[in-house]
Amino acid sequence: MRFWSICAGFIVLAFGLVQSPVNDYFFFAGFVILQAIVLATAWNILGGYAGYVNFGVPAFVGTGAYAALLVHLSISGPLIVQILFAALVSGALGFLVGLISVRLRGIFFSIATVALVFIMETLVINWRYLGGATGLQLTRPTEAWPFDGYVRMLFWVMVVMAVIALAIARYIQDSHFGRGLRALRDSEDAAECAGVPTLRLKLMACTVSGALLGAAGAPMPMYMSYIEPYSSFNLVYAVSALAMPIIGGMSHWIGPLVGAILLATIQQIVTVTISSELNVLVVGVLLVVFVIAAPDGIVGLYRKWKASSK
Amino acid sequence: MDKMRRKVVGAAGASVMAASLPSQVFAQSAPIKIGMSMPQTGGLGGGGQAALVAIRLWVDDVNAKGGLLGRKVEFVAYDDQSNPANTPGIYAKLLDVDKVDLLIAPYATVPTAPIMPLVKQRGKLLMGNFSFQVNADVKHDMWFNNAPWNDARGWSRGFIESGIAAGGKSIAVVASDQDFAQNLADGVRAYITNLKLNKVYDQNYPPTTKDFSTIIRAVRASRAEIIFIASYPPDSAGIVNAIHEIGVGEQVRILGGGMVGLGFTPIMINLGSKLNGITNFNTYVPGMKMPGIDNFFRRYTERAKAQKVDELGFYLPPFNYAIGQMLEQAINATKSIDDRRLADYFRKNEMQTIVGPVRFDAGGERVNQRLITAQFRGVKDKDQEQFRSPDRQIVIFPPSDKTGDLIHPYERAQKS
Amino acid sequence: MAFSVDLLIEAVIFGLLLGCFYAAVSIGLSVAFGLLDVPHVAHPAMLILGSYGVYLLGQYGVDPIVAGLLLTPVFFFLGAGLYRMYYETFEKRGQSAAVNGLAFFFGLAFIIEVLLVVAFGVDQRSAEAGYIGGSLKLGEFRIPFRLVVAFGVALVLTAALTAYLSRTFTGRAIKAVGQDEAALRLMGADPVRIKQIAFGIATGVNALAGAMLIIVTPVEPTMDRIYIGRTFCVVVLAGLGSMSGTLVAAIILGVAESIVLMFLGASWAPAVAFGLLLAVLAFRPKGLFGR
Repeated sequence: MRFWSICAGFIVLAFGLVQSPVNDYFFFAGFVILQAIVLATAWNILGGYAGYVNFGVPAFVGTGAYAALLVHLSISGPLIVQILFAALVSGALGFLVGLISVRLRGIFFSIATVALVFIMETLVINWRYLGGATGLQLTRPTEAWPFDGYVRMLFWVMVVMAVIALAIARYIQDSHFGRGLRALRDSEDAAECAGVPTLRLKLMACTVSGALLGAAGAPMPMYMSYIEPYSSFNLVYAVSALAMPIIGGMSHWIGPLVGAILLATIQQIVTVTISSELNVLVVGVLLVVFVIAAPDGIVGLYRKWKASSK
Repeated sequence: MDKMRRKVVGAAGASVMAASLPSQVFAQSAPIKIGMSMPQTGGLGGGGQAALVAIRLWVDDVNAKGGLLGRKVEFVAYDDQSNPANTPGIYAKLLDVDKVDLLIAPYATVPTAPIMPLVKQRGKLLMGNFSFQVNADVKHDMWFNNAPWNDARGWSRGFIESGIAAGGKSIAVVASDQDFAQNLADGVRAYITNLKLNKVYDQNYPPTTKDFSTIIRAVRASRAEIIFIASYPPDSAGIVNAIHEIGVGEQVRILGGGMVGLGFTPIMINLGSKLNGITNFNTYVPGMKMPGIDNFFRRYTERAKAQKVDELGFYLPPFNYAIGQMLEQAINATKSIDDRRLADYFRKNEMQTIVGPVRFDAGGERVNQRLITAQFRGVKDKDQEQFRSPDRQIVIFPPSDKTGDLIHPYERAQKS
Repeated sequence: MAFSVDLLIEAVIFGLLLGCFYAAVSIGLSVAFGLLDVPHVAHPAMLILGSYGVYLLGQYGVDPIVAGLLLTPVFFFLGAGLYRMYYETFEKRGQSAAVNGLAFFFGLAFIIEVLLVVAFGVDQRSAEAGYIGGSLKLGEFRIPFRLVVAFGVALVLTAALTAYLSRTFTGRAIKAVGQDEAALRLMGADPVRIKQIAFGIATGVNALAGAMLIIVTPVEPTMDRIYIGRTFCVVVLAGLGSMSGTLVAAIILGVAESIVLMFLGASWAPAVAFGLLLAVLAFRPKGLFGR
């Protein structure tokens, strides 16, 4: 109950913030941080809970963006329809990836997900209607009632999406589903012998994870007023979505939240003050440092500290 | 004794005050901030770095004259690395964090296309910088493209007509899959449908392509006589290298057309004699008469040498200096920096710049085009100063700037 | 795209040469991943690092192949050191380290990428040498010299490495360490040291392979991404642990890419390696010659 009241409070607070005269750039940058929360949380459902490392995050984000674009171009659908359709398509893609996981484990699964990124990117490049390699200029709707501007609306939509993602992760973690995933992660063969329906669990985790990733990608075309394949399917999404849960902690739903806020905020500050190039260096270095020194992430460190201070 | 000292001190103080007077004049009112993103690295970097020198030259010139409306001009430029994904974020930062008053577009179509919707939405004037037809869909009414071209027909007429006159009956189109090349190639494709040319090859390639030997091999197999290429600097260089490796066949009459980058000094020096015979567009070749251009080049070269940037500065810098000149004229005439008022001024007036008079049409493109088609001849390897001579690039179109006729077939011109 | 036998033949020749080049850039991964089971996704990044090293030396007038040879010992020690670090941090800790091991190399790949951008910028860099720019003219066919040179060096490299692994004690120990560490220990060889040497060789090869890369095509820092597809495709298609299989698999990839490039266009070419990789993983994960 406490979780839900915090969520509701946060959404209301965000609404108020959006109506206030805070600088537009805050929402522009804030959007990216919120998107990072969704990406990290979604990744962790498969990566942290089930132990399947998905390097193909850009495939889902890009697919979500282009699915939303398809809705916008063909039927001028509103944002909510774009997001739902994107989640649907990416969820289906996630289901396919889940099927792959039947045959492939460990690094083979991960390499297969990288392959997916380039294959989706190539598909889009050859699809002229969606802009091909050239990309498309997009006009945002002028009306964004009850918000003052489209970027502010996108910010608030992202807040709601982040809350939903966290709620889903929290639900999965504490449920039967989550326990099954953990058993799977610890030893898939043992779990199967114990009667855990591993295939069904993997398919569900992949689908949910994929759908959330796609939903996070859906507002991108409208956010940038432009879309092109190389940035939509950029492999940097993969390393970020991987780093944030590892830094925050993969075992608990709050880990990706902590990791995303920390990392994405640092990235935005570096982008504004130094250069956009170095923000990738920040991700890489923090990832390597945490993987070597603190593989259980900040949540792990916190637990150790609490245990030792008793 | 004290009175004497006081007088001296007083005089010294007065002269110090007098010497610092210009900055004191500025200090009274807030500066006018102009901001842009310029590709300084990446494929377009060769042109962008040179252009930046020219703009900064203008900023210094205008500040030496007392600024604009009594206010100092401040200029901020970021590097977008020739990557279109970077420009929306940079322009959002310019508007909301740096809080600039006026915007200039990045050099070239590809980094500019993504910011058109954003700029239109925010109601900002945008000075275009060598973009091609980037406003065609967005239709922003405060867009003024500083470039000596208007549409694809104006661009390619000289090239296509010369090719036909040389006996060419078939055409191959090779274009990069990005905004500039597609806008140009689509325009050319439309233009040639009425001309009874046989299109034997038509391919787009992804902008990340690095190896062109397969594409050139296919072009050769098609036996096309006119080869129109629309490409960006790294691909242009790659294509020229591939042409020399693979060959295009003795039937080719004319080759080139829309290869951006063959006007960048570093690429010209690097490719050297491989350029011979190629017929390409250009904006300035030595010998063209433009008011005050020699004086500009003198001052530009001085600065470029110091910054170790393109010393010749032919292709882009004069036009970037002209952007500054146009802003200067509009601001002084309207006595304001309001986007709408400046836009109205641009729409209605002809401005005088170092690249000649400039007038804009309803879409924001230049009415009085002056894009030349020129063939490279007698170019030697690794020689920069040779390009100062008018006979390295013979202008075959338009008639008002013409200095010679096309040498064909292409393979004969290669050896010129 | 009009089909003609001439074009097909040229595409196949081009593919053969390209394939040998792919073998050279993948052979390091064959050792590191195929034999040692290290999830080395940063292998292509080290390849690009090698290319930039060659470029840097080229600025001082050093021929690319010579530069590659000069850098080989440097990269050997780099690789040995990297393996030591990986071993101490991950392999020692056991199974749960799988996610972390992958994440480590992935992070490393991006760090290398960004450092290259900071040091050299995002511009494309090429090598200069007398044999780059011309081509072999056989009737209607034109075969670029740069490919012939890369083909030659690649063959020598692959042959040399295969011979080393089969004929010398250390080489055979490297092949054995992936299969049966305990037996190896009984033979008096320290498995960790053997693996270090192997990883060092795999990385050292990258220096020379990087030289060939920059001879064949201009390089830029993010090129490692598509080479993840090509190198893993070759290694998986060959079958883990098969050195000679690497050459065959690489030629298959090269020819496939070349034919797609010629007849379907450059916009489909990037998907060939990854598509082939997925197909192999789906239908025959053991590869062609796998153990």
